[in-house]
Amino acid sequence: MSSIYRTLAGGTLRDIALACLAVWFIGLSYGAIAVASGFPLWVPAAQSVLVLAGASEFLFIGIVAAGGSPLAAAAAGLLVNARHLPYGLALPDVTGPGLARRLLGSHVMNDESVVFTLAQEGLPRKRAAYWACGLGVLLCWPAGAVLGALIGGMIGNTGAFGLDAMFPAVILALIVPALRDRVMLRAALTGAAIALAATPFLPAGLPVLLALAGVLAVIKKPADQ
Amino acid sequence: MKDTTLVVAGMLTLSAGTFAFRFSGPVLRQRITFPPRAGKLLEAGAVVLLAALAATTALTEGHGFAGPARPAGVLAGGVLAWRKAPFLVVVLAAAATTAVLRLLGVP
Repeated sequence: MSSIYRTLAGGTLRDIALACLAVWFIGLSYGAIAVASGFPLWVPAAQSVLVLAGASEFLFIGIVAAGGSPLAAAAAGLLVNARHLPYGLALPDVTGPGLARRLLGSHVMNDESVVFTLAQEGLPRKRAAYWACGLGVLLCWPAGAVLGALIGGMIGNTGAFGLDAMFPAVILALIVPALRDRVMLRAALTGAAIALAATPFLPAGLPVLLALAGVLAVIKKPADQ
Repeated sequence: MKDTTLVVAGMLTLSAGTFAFRFSGPVLRQRITFPPRAGKLLEAGAVVLLAALAATTALTEGHGFAGPARPAGVLAGGVLAWRKAPFLVVVLAAAATTAVLRLLGVP
């Protein structure tokens, strides 16, 4: 951990802390919703540690609460989480050597840790950002979920505080530097348009994967670079 | 809650499958040597995935439109980010804009 402090600028650590705080807030609403939907505390608690991927956990809880089969809910959640495979292909060796690091390092791969990693320059900083954010989310997501499940009904409508705007804003803020490259911007806009167009018709998760076709916008025009 | 065994089976399936996705990306990347251009494309792929994730979570809820308050907040954050505002300002401005719009009755 001390090497994380040495490697990362204070500003980056503060940003990671804020992103983790946002995760904690979303965890609160996740735990509260799970309990309100009739699940005992241990379900969101175990999911938040073992799955550690918010969107898929919300979806799992939602489908099972609506009377769906838990296995179908797991399949839907896996579709949402399939994006972690291309994430892993895109990242440099951020976990470092050794089986234990690889296992834990893989588990803490999430949207936030990936986006903070991409925003850093050079492998040492990428590594430090990946671990700081990954471990931060590993702490904050379950902590939020358990607290949310405990205080459940006391949490009012989190939408009133605009918390649902925080996740997309976190991601957007961190990819903006990459989007200043015109080719990358075109690819991202194409991908976003594909995902938005597909959302009404396809199950959750699939539209975002289809967005990868936006990369074709990068392949086609190499002359622009 | 319905049949606990079945719910646990679903949870374990989701956990194990998600871990498999997370673990196999780096393993594949180590086994295969990509030409530099492919490496660039893979990184572009991650940015495109994240952009699509930001767009869909900003604009949609389930299979429909999320209402204008959330995307307006994210847009405000995006403009600030483009103008190189600090991360903290971007994220808090997004939440605050959405919260104020909802206070004014915008869904």
